[in-house]
Amino acid sequence: MDTQMLINLAYIAASVIFIFGIKMLGSATTARKGNRLSALGMLIAVVVTLFDHHIVSFQLIIIGLIVGSIIGLIAAKIVKMTSMPELVALFNGFGGLASLLVGWAEYQRVAAASASVESLTDAANSVGMDIAVGMSSFTAAVTALAILIGGITFTGSVYAWGKLSGKLSGRPTLFNGQKAVNAAIAALIIVCGVVFALHTSGGLATTMVLLLIVLSLVLGILAVMPIGGGDMPVVISLLNSFSGLAASAAGFVIANNVLIVAGCLVGASGLILTVIMCKAMNRTLSNVLFSGFGATVQAASGKTEGELKPISAEDAYYVLEAARSVVFIPGYGMAVAQAQHAVKELGELLENNGAEVRYAIHPVAGRMPGHMNVLLAEADVPYEQLVEMDDVNPTMGMVDVAIVIGANDVVNPAAAEDTSSPIYGMPIINAHEARTVFCLKRGKGAGFSGLENVLFLRPNARMLYGDAKASITSLVTQFKES
Amino acid sequence: MDILVLLVFIFVLAAFLGFELISKVPSQLHTPLMSGSNAISGITIVGALIAAGETTGTLSAWLGFAAVVLAAVNVVGGYLVTDRMLGMFKKKDAVKKAD
Repeated sequence: MDTQMLINLAYIAASVIFIFGIKMLGSATTARKGNRLSALGMLIAVVVTLFDHHIVSFQLIIIGLIVGSIIGLIAAKIVKMTSMPELVALFNGFGGLASLLVGWAEYQRVAAASASVESLTDAANSVGMDIAVGMSSFTAAVTALAILIGGITFTGSVYAWGKLSGKLSGRPTLFNGQKAVNAAIAALIIVCGVVFALHTSGGLATTMVLLLIVLSLVLGILAVMPIGGGDMPVVISLLNSFSGLAASAAGFVIANNVLIVAGCLVGASGLILTVIMCKAMNRTLSNVLFSGFGATVQAASGKTEGELKPISAEDAYYVLEAARSVVFIPGYGMAVAQAQHAVKELGELLENNGAEVRYAIHPVAGRMPGHMNVLLAEADVPYEQLVEMDDVNPTMGMVDVAIVIGANDVVNPAAAEDTSSPIYGMPIINAHEARTVFCLKRGKGAGFSGLENVLFLRPNARMLYGDAKASITSLVTQFKES
Repeated sequence: MDILVLLVFIFVLAAFLGFELISKVPSQLHTPLMSGSNAISGITIVGALIAAGETTGTLSAWLGFAAVVLAAVNVVGGYLVTDRMLGMFKKKDAVKKAD
C-alpha cells in the first residue's frame, strides 16, 4: 500500500473518532472524554497529513504550528470563565479565516501552476492536444463558497467578540437602507462567484477572487451589526455552524474527505443548536437575523398596572430565612456583576438552613448557549441543582422564594399572557408563580427587548435594587450574622 | 466528475449523521458542545498544512502559513478551553470532596 492510501485510511479513522467525540459531548457523564477523544482524532489527522507527498517543505508548517499552538494554549489558560463567550467567538472566527485562506491559497497555487504551463498549452494546442488550465468550474464554485462562508464567519465572529466583550455597543446598529445594501452585496457576491466559476484563470479570475474576499468580509460585519446582545446566543451558534461549513467547503476545494465530514458534522450540530435557541425565544431564524429586534422600543403595550415595591436586604433575609424552597433564576446581569460566587455562597447557606435550593436556567439566558451553566459551574455549583425551564415550571407554584438575578425578558409573564407583547409566545420561567419573587436589578430600566417587565409589578414581587453581587453579599452577611 | 459526486455524497451523509447525533443535548452542555465542535472545525488545518508545505516562497505557501497559525490557535485553544470548562462541571459528591 502506498502512503497516500494509508493517509486516507487514517483520515477515515479520524472521522470516526470525531463522530464518537461529538456523540459523547452530548451527555454530561461522557462529555470530557468525548472532547479528549476528538482531540485525539485531530492529532491523528494532523500527524498523517505531514506524510502527504504534496508537502515538500516543512519550515512554514513547523513555525506555524508552534506559533498557533502557543497562542491557543495561552489564551485557553488565562481566559476568565466570564470571558468565555468572547473567546469562543474569536476562536470560531480564526477557524473561518483559516478556511478562507485555504481556498485562496489553492486558487493561487493553481493559478501559478497554470501560468507556467500556459506557454506549453499554446504549443499543445497547435498540435491538437488539450491541457486544462485553471480550476474546474466546480472547484472554482466551492472555492468561492469557502471564501464566502469563511469570510462571513471571520468578520461576523470578530464583531460578535466586540459586542460580547463590551468593546462595541451591544445594541443593534441600524442605518437607512441597510437591507438594500446587504442585498446588493449578496447579489454582487453571487455575480463574482458565477464569473469566477466560468473564467477560472487569468486576471479576471484573480480580480473576482479578491473581490469575493473583500465583499464576504464586509458582509460578515453588516450581517451581525443589526443583531442585539440578547440575540447573541443565536448568532454565536449560527457562526459556529458556519465555521464548520467553511471547513467543509475548503474540503471540497482540495478534495479531502476528513475536512468534508468533520466540517459537515460541525455545521449540522451548530445548526441544531441555532434552532434550539430560536425555539427558546419563539422566533424564527430570519426574524432574529433581519429584524433588528430591540432597536426600536415598541410602543408600551399598554396597561402596566401596579407599582414597583422595593425591599431592603434585611427584610429579604427574614423571608429567605423562613423559606423551605428557593429557586435562583440567573440572567446576563449575574454575568455582568460577576455575582456567581456570591450566589453559590448564599445557596449553600440556604441549604444549611434546611431549604431546597435549585437554579433554573433559561436556554437563552446570557449571551451564549449555556452561558449561565458555565458561570455557575465555575462557582462550583453541582450540576444536579441546575434545572431546565421545562422541569422547573410545573413546580414553581410550590416554591417559596424565586430570586431573579439580572434576568428580565426570560421571566416576563407578558410573554405568556399579553398577546400584543412583542415577546408573546416566548417560553419563560414562571417566576411569578412562586409565593414571593425577589428581583435583583441595577435600576428601573427595561430589558434587552425594551419592554417593561410586568413581573416586577406583580403583588408578590419585591425589588432589591443595586449591584447584584453587592445585594447577594449583603444577604450572605445577614445570614452569617444571625 | 465521479469523484465530485462522491464528495457530495459524503457531505450529504455526514449532514444527516450530524443531525441524528445530537438531536437532544441538555442545555448545560450547550457551551461545551459549541466550543468542542468549534475545535473540530479547525480540521481545516489539514488543508492549511498542505497549502503551506506544497511550494516554497510563493504567495500560496504564505497564505497556507497564515492559515496554519489561525487553525492551530482554533484547534489547540478550542480543545483546551472546552476541557477546562468540562472540568468544572462537577457532581455534588465531587464538589464536597474538593472542599
